[in-house]
Amino acid sequence: MTPTLTDLKPVTDPTAPARAPYTKKELVADLPTWCPGCGDFSVLSIYFKLMEKRQIPHERIVSVAGIGCSSRFPYFVNAHGVHFLHGRALAFATGVSLTRPDLHVFVFSGDGDAFSIGGNHLDHAARKNIHMTCVIMDNNVYGLTKKQTSPTSPLGFKSKTDPTGAIDQPINPMKKLIAAGATFIARTHSQLPNHVAEMMEKAMNHEGFSVIECLSECTEFYAGAFDSAVPRKGGLFNQVPADHNVTDELSAYKLAMAAFPGYFGVFYQVDRPSKNALEAGLINAARTKANNATPTELLQKTLDRLT
Amino acid sequence: MSDGQLQQSVVVPSGGEAANKTIRDAVIRLAGNSQDGIQAIGGFLARLAGRTDKDVMTYMTIPATISGGPSIYQVRLGTGEVLSAGDEADVLVAFYQHSYREHLGTLREGGILLYDSDQVKPNPDDKRFLAVGISITSSTIEAIGGTARDKGKNMFVLGVLARMFDLDVPKLEGMLRGYYGGKGEDVIRNVLLAFNAGYAYNIQRWVHTYSFERTTGAGGLKKIVTDGNQAIAYGALAGGVRFGAAYPITPWSSIMEILRAELPKYGGIFVQAEDEIAAVAMACGASYAGHTALTGTSGPGVSLKSEAIGWAVMAEIPLVIIDVQRGGPATGLPTNVEQSDLNIARYGSHGDAPRIVIAPCSVEDCFYTTIEAVKLAREYSCPVIVLSDQALATRVEAWEMPVMADAMQDITPRFEPRGPGFKPYENTPDGVARHAPPGTPMIDGKYPIVTGLEHDEYGHPANRPSNHSLMVAKRRRKLKLLEGKLAKPELHGPPAGDVLLIGWGSTRGPVQEAVDRAQAAGEKVSAVHLRYLSPMQPGIKEIMDSFKHIFVVELNDEGLYGYGQLAGILRASYCDPRIRGINKTDGLPFKVREILDVMHQKLQQPNIIVAE
Repeated sequence: MTPTLTDLKPVTDPTAPARAPYTKKELVADLPTWCPGCGDFSVLSIYFKLMEKRQIPHERIVSVAGIGCSSRFPYFVNAHGVHFLHGRALAFATGVSLTRPDLHVFVFSGDGDAFSIGGNHLDHAARKNIHMTCVIMDNNVYGLTKKQTSPTSPLGFKSKTDPTGAIDQPINPMKKLIAAGATFIARTHSQLPNHVAEMMEKAMNHEGFSVIECLSECTEFYAGAFDSAVPRKGGLFNQVPADHNVTDELSAYKLAMAAFPGYFGVFYQVDRPSKNALEAGLINAARTKANNATPTELLQKTLDRLT
Repeated sequence: MSDGQLQQSVVVPSGGEAANKTIRDAVIRLAGNSQDGIQAIGGFLARLAGRTDKDVMTYMTIPATISGGPSIYQVRLGTGEVLSAGDEADVLVAFYQHSYREHLGTLREGGILLYDSDQVKPNPDDKRFLAVGISITSSTIEAIGGTARDKGKNMFVLGVLARMFDLDVPKLEGMLRGYYGGKGEDVIRNVLLAFNAGYAYNIQRWVHTYSFERTTGAGGLKKIVTDGNQAIAYGALAGGVRFGAAYPITPWSSIMEILRAELPKYGGIFVQAEDEIAAVAMACGASYAGHTALTGTSGPGVSLKSEAIGWAVMAEIPLVIIDVQRGGPATGLPTNVEQSDLNIARYGSHGDAPRIVIAPCSVEDCFYTTIEAVKLAREYSCPVIVLSDQALATRVEAWEMPVMADAMQDITPRFEPRGPGFKPYENTPDGVARHAPPGTPMIDGKYPIVTGLEHDEYGHPANRPSNHSLMVAKRRRKLKLLEGKLAKPELHGPPAGDVLLIGWGSTRGPVQEAVDRAQAAGEKVSAVHLRYLSPMQPGIKEIMDSFKHIFVVELNDEGLYGYGQLAGILRASYCDPRIRGINKTDGLPFKVREILDVMHQKLQQPNIIVAE
């Protein structure tokens, strides 16, 4: 009979047989089609290193993406992957995550995908605390479609859709994510790879919805956008102060209010049961109450009551 | 308290009581407000019929407003197969003046009008019906006493009807106890007080009482009584679905409510998504992950889901989409029936996006069609749309208890290692993709990407012109394969004659009843019912060729050129200009008479309609 969704063992199953470790070489798939100098390369190579370090069984990694330059990510990773619709990767990944406790689900997204067309899904994946790691590569511009304004483009940014400069108030991703109720929220910068690696690993370790905004420069259409945060280019990389209380929503919000380039690090992290855990709880309670009856027995009983 | 008022003399036998008549079936229409619980009366009558080997069909309208508003429930009880909810009522129960005013036209001449004399002042000059005033409101208050107000009127009326139709009172009482038992002693006490008062009202002083013909033969088969939405929900559970996601929308919502409550017992999850698009995306995700998933909605939601359905066609992901159709376009008629989503079901995505579309024809068929939808989605690795509608969703029928061993499906995902050289989209003769869901180890270490971009056999994006042609053909070919496996459509009546009626979905009952009536009148009319709407069953052309006139009966607009959505598809598929439409868009199910009237009228017109 069709099994229950809780029958599959979680990624961290200690009873799984040991296997030979894999190297990041085995994780490399197609040659990335990104432009030279694209910030997304950095995220990709850090991701490879992280997988190599963590040794999640190869077949249990899933990368899901929507549409955009960043969303080409799954093609460059040799693992199970999905290239879904524009903006809907998080909803798709929700279906994967809830039904497959044995997988580690990553979503790779961009500012258009996550904050514009898919903005609603970001809010709800966050509030429902779906267990997955979402990396939003934010370049403040639509790159794949060749330079239109993005929801994070600063005021005055000149693009093909705003030839005289952007006039719409940009989204503040950190504020949006805090308000939505995400349980792990971090901000990083692709030109500081060690910081990216640290944030990604912390995100992976988080039980629930972990999300990272990674400033990721588009060298083609918005060169130098994030230089003001890069020390070797004369900028200032402001890390989240050591005394910041990550469980304090208001403090996190205050950090998010800082003028560009703002702070980098973990803004907010709390323990709240994931939807995955809550649904598993519902299943266990219902199964126990039903004395673990088979599907046939359950349905027969229901239909008998309708005679 | 006013007593039973006779508006018209009726022949009452000298004994003071009317005689008992034996009848084949009866159509009872209950008209009141939605908070009066008239649906409960109808529901109990329907369930009682199911338990006593009577066939039953109901028809209900519920107001689109949040609370209150006029509401009707029509029950047709009978021995033998009940095909439609009945054109005209034999008995109309009118709770209010507005009920009387709006629904008197549905009562057949010579029929019985039971009205609440506390609320309704009928026209004393209208002698077409036998009008019997019953003080429903005050009698109910008197029976229950206390501060009950008029709550319980429905149970009083149920008692009156039980007496009038010689219903099995112990069974009915048992059902009332079963249903209201959990709500406390007070509630069940009041229910029974009202019911017994209605039963003791001695309705037989004014009207005949009726008994239904005894059924012979088959009897004894256990029947269950559900509406169409329940049947779909239970079909999904039997079909093996363990994950679903949807957004609430009338008239789909009750399916997701049932699945949300039931799925955890089966180890499953139903998610109330943030919107229609998220719902279909979640279902795509679960299906990709190996658990063939279900989403459902009504017309507006299908519009929103269309892009993702196209993705599932392109990526060849199994997916079940239930569309409980209502009147459209836009917000349209949320609580009325229409069959106007056929085109969006077949074509509703950009690009060439062939998918499977099937339509259940009865409440029972809702159960089996949903199971079949899961099976077909997996066998052909593509989306399957089930086209139910508001009439089926709210209609209550008694149907045979399914044989569980046959109904239950095992759809366990398979994660055994694949490869080497694994090609999910291999260009095989059958054209069906064979996925390795995540969690599947790949022997050669090459992992598949599932994408909405056009791809090659390995799943790699590939926009070469020759590849696109190949893959479009592959996705089309698998439906052609299914077409070849389908049985010829079901024919009702002789295989040749003058007129062929073609129907699909919930109109099967009235169409078949129209055929029966026409044949009884000596007309050579037959009907064919199309269950599969994409691909369509073989043999349709041969059937059409055996008739002079062809009418497609469907609840949608006749369009610019005089034929509806299925008719347009049939004309395009078979180049037969004889195909005409019998259509209507009043938001109500077909009456048998409406089908025959339009048919007779159109038979007087030229056979071939040409666009000017």
